[in-house]
Amino acid sequence: MSDYLKPLPRIDARNRAHWDGAREGRLMIQACSDCGALRYPFSTLCPHCHGTNSQWKQASGKGSVWSWCAFHRAYFKGFESELPYNVVLVELDEGLKIYSNIVGVADKDIRVGMRVRAVFEKATEEVTLVKFEEDKQ
Amino acid sequence: MPDKNLRNRVAVIGVGSTTFGRLPDLDPYDLGAWALREALEDCGLSAVDIDGVIVNRIPDYQRFCEAFGLNPRFTLITPGQGRMSGASIQVAAMAIACGMANTIALVYGNNGRSAGDKYGGDTDRYGSGGAGQFFPYGMTSPGAVHSMMFARHMHQYGTTSKQLAAVPVAFRKHAALNPAAVMRELITVDQHQASKFVAAPLHIYDYCLINDGGVALILTAAERARDRKKPPVYIRGFAQATKLRDSAFPPEDYWFGAMQSAAKDVYQMAGVQREELDALMIYDNFSPTVLFSLEGFGFCRQGESGDWIQGGRLELGGEFPSNTCGGHLSESYMQGWGLNAEAVRQLRGECGARQVKDARLIQYMCAAPLITSIIYGRDAA
Repeated sequence: MSDYLKPLPRIDARNRAHWDGAREGRLMIQACSDCGALRYPFSTLCPHCHGTNSQWKQASGKGSVWSWCAFHRAYFKGFESELPYNVVLVELDEGLKIYSNIVGVADKDIRVGMRVRAVFEKATEEVTLVKFEEDKQ
Repeated sequence: MPDKNLRNRVAVIGVGSTTFGRLPDLDPYDLGAWALREALEDCGLSAVDIDGVIVNRIPDYQRFCEAFGLNPRFTLITPGQGRMSGASIQVAAMAIACGMANTIALVYGNNGRSAGDKYGGDTDRYGSGGAGQFFPYGMTSPGAVHSMMFARHMHQYGTTSKQLAAVPVAFRKHAALNPAAVMRELITVDQHQASKFVAAPLHIYDYCLINDGGVALILTAAERARDRKKPPVYIRGFAQATKLRDSAFPPEDYWFGAMQSAAKDVYQMAGVQREELDALMIYDNFSPTVLFSLEGFGFCRQGESGDWIQGGRLELGGEFPSNTCGGHLSESYMQGWGLNAEAVRQLRGECGARQVKDARLIQYMCAAPLITSIIYGRDAA
């Protein structure tokens, strides 16, 4: 029985490739096969061309902090022991945005525009999370 | 663009509200029914006079109408999101204007406080339905989304939390003059700065108050609104816009583009300019939403709202008294309904200590992925 208390993603056919990739240390994002547009959240339909064919591309893992906040209140039991904890909204260099956490940076030092790169953090046997660390280049 | 001929075609004749606070023995149907009874009493009508109903936040319109003994000929239920209060009022106005109903009751009942609503966590539905995808990272709640928007506004424009404090401080001053408000003790900028963070950079005073309560409005055609118990309040203009694409994430432009579109339409339908407005009712789920709204609706330039709200501009006696009941931050979070009710009460001159002198025109605005605005007026023409 897992002692991982935080919420786990609901893995389904639409997002499985992302979570399989994460387990292997690769940031997999969805691209429309018809027009090339990237999309998140992962979905069946392309919001640009309405095509339903898509493929998975490996992102570089590099991006910038679009914004951030620091939770001082836990809405999930599993985060109680980590208060306060940060959440960042990362804009990947490919143009897609994703929410995640930044590791190794104190909340007060997180800056909009900070360069980051993906790191992979094992949560359970099935789930590895995509987090970010500062990319000091 | 919306039809100017709709200007002043519909009026609000009844307003009702429950006590706000902790009401554990009342469910949303009880709260809605209480508010509707108050609204009917307010305009001297009875249930038989109501031929249209819009129910918001109350889970089941069928159960509500059954419980209240209503067979409307126009019925609608709208989702329990704050952006839907303005949208519901607009639909009611449209239904009356095209004769689908003569007199429509809009009913809101919310037992969120007693039900333990936290607007975050497992039941979080804020966003485009994809919210659950980010739970593994601890991302949840509209509060966090607005906090991120504010953090970016701080970076982009130099806005500070200290500047932002002017919003909760002002609305608390107003709540102190409102017997119905839940939080009435004055707060200072220093107290705001020293208070606990919820999702930093937002403090507890930047978050709306979760409470139990109900609000009801009764609308009818302008020609049926005169010679009633109280003076009618006319709906002069209304408009909507959206920024739903990419709305799983906060908007790059703080919804500025969508608000500019809604602003153009609402001022045009109303035939009103900003300078003529006597008060504003600005949807304040979180204090920064007020800043984004002031910029988006053109009261100040983009990025300048932090500066613009200093010096009491939003306070009674200031240039644009706002949320004179205390708003969501200090009266109660009634998802926009309390603000629309306050607009009507101000225009009737019923607000006692918090009355805006000679109020004739008030604008309600809500900035969210769905933008709404309604301009109310005291005069029939």
